[in-house]
Amino acid sequence: MTVPRLAALAAVLVLAALPSVLSSYAVTVFIFIFFYAYLGQAWNIVGGYAGQLSAGHAAFVGLGAYASAVLSARLGLTPWIGMLVGGALAAALGALIGFLGFRFGLRGFYFVLLTVAFAEICRIVALNTDAVGGALGLYITFTGDPRHFQFQDNRMYYYVALALMLAATGLVAAIERRRFGEYLKAIREDENACEALGVNTFKYKMLAMVVSSFLTGVGGTFYAYYLFSLQPNAVFGIPLSVEIIIRPIVGGAGTVLGPILGSFILSPLGEVSRVYLSQGSWSGLHLVVYGVLLVLVVLFLPDGAYPAARRLLARRAR
Amino acid sequence: MTPILEVAGISKRFGGLQAVARLSFQMAEGEMLGLIGPNGAGKTTAFNLLSGFLVPDQGDVRFRGASLVGLPPHAICQRGVARTFQIVRPFPHLSVLANVRVGALARHADAREATARATRIVEAIGLADRLNDPAGSLTLSDRKRLELARALATEPALLLLDEVMAGLSGRETEAMVALVSGINRGGVSILLIEHNMRAVMALSHRIVVLSFGEKIAEGPPAKVAADPRVIEAYLGEEYVHAAR
Repeated sequence: MTVPRLAALAAVLVLAALPSVLSSYAVTVFIFIFFYAYLGQAWNIVGGYAGQLSAGHAAFVGLGAYASAVLSARLGLTPWIGMLVGGALAAALGALIGFLGFRFGLRGFYFVLLTVAFAEICRIVALNTDAVGGALGLYITFTGDPRHFQFQDNRMYYYVALALMLAATGLVAAIERRRFGEYLKAIREDENACEALGVNTFKYKMLAMVVSSFLTGVGGTFYAYYLFSLQPNAVFGIPLSVEIIIRPIVGGAGTVLGPILGSFILSPLGEVSRVYLSQGSWSGLHLVVYGVLLVLVVLFLPDGAYPAARRLLARRAR
Repeated sequence: MTPILEVAGISKRFGGLQAVARLSFQMAEGEMLGLIGPNGAGKTTAFNLLSGFLVPDQGDVRFRGASLVGLPPHAICQRGVARTFQIVRPFPHLSVLANVRVGALARHADAREATARATRIVEAIGLADRLNDPAGSLTLSDRKRLELARALATEPALLLLDEVMAGLSGRETEAMVALVSGINRGGVSILLIEHNMRAVMALSHRIVVLSFGEKIAEGPPAKVAADPRVIEAYLGEEYVHAAR
């Protein structure tokens, strides 16, 4: 076994053993680390590798979350299947957004605006649809039954979130080694050159968008059944889209480990600053801390933390 | 024998500018054809029409008998027509090998085979010592080679080269001429846009001259170079009288 593989195996084993020694609050922090790393990894496929900056990925989280919650409440469908239905609906929405953006050549900022617009449309539709709770949103009745994607023990959520993150990371690692991944990286660099070299850029961008939105939609079910409530402003809102994007950007967009590293940096930071800085007159200060950190990363680590760490290690080894 | 390329009366207009007007010519299998003309004559527009980056307003382009008009660029490449860009477009953050592999993957879906194939081409083109360097770190001369290597990796039957000598020094140009002529001898038909007259005269079997979007001369290099219309297009009318 190679050194990186051994290191990865060791890291997985440590993460699997951690809940037995962690406090309940620390377990919660890790759940958020894993979950946002998962969402960041899903975004990474289309935003990091293919370089198509979607700033509306909350639309897919929200659609997936509402789909499994509504299907469970109305038809008694277990969220374990509902999460796949939610993923499929999110993928369909992703295909629509991708088609409009890629077919009509909306690049850069225009694509960003298109994705934001769709997320906002979803939010406003959910706000005004009484059948899904309107502005009040949906609340999920706690049963604690694993068949309903609910667990008495917080540590079960930990393992589900860990599994989601590892599965998405494995998928991204597999994509990177294949032609699909090489084409995505080349598309990010220069689409016209890709076309001249026989790459069907439309097809591969669509594929990246569909896979990314499917995974994000699946994550929506976890969101719904971990927080037990869905509010349109939270689940379709721009702040959630930003949370999804900044982890891979800070960690290193277009790298396998970037979203995970970014989440390990930002999720605890967001949590700590929220707990200690958001009380009383300091309310909202955690957003300032977030913003400052983002500016620092853009200034000093424009490729993200993971590529910078690699360069540092390579220099040490020499 | 069917020509490898038949261009039949293609035209392209941008607003008030007729960039290419009823352009027709043919290329035989294995031929090296030079496409020359003063700046703004419509050479690059013609290339974009042949490679699918622009769609002609009228006329037809046939590759080995089948029309290419309306096909997207990647489909034209997959049929065996590759092009380079006048302003080179490397993938700057990818390694030289990864750049060439993108081209090789068009023919070899298997990653290992594509890597082997790309490595051979990088070696043949003389960039072996830069194999793992990011393409953005190459000199202009090496970027031109990389542009050529990438196009070759798609295993074309017809190669469209847009000013691969532009900006090169004398020695670099000689090396590039040797490279291009070697590719042609290897069986690849080449359509060459070139401003370097010495290179294009030495390399081409035949030459087509464009001026203001129209073909004004066609034939062997020596005949074209002596054509008064060509001299006029390049140097102005008074030089034609001076030459007589």
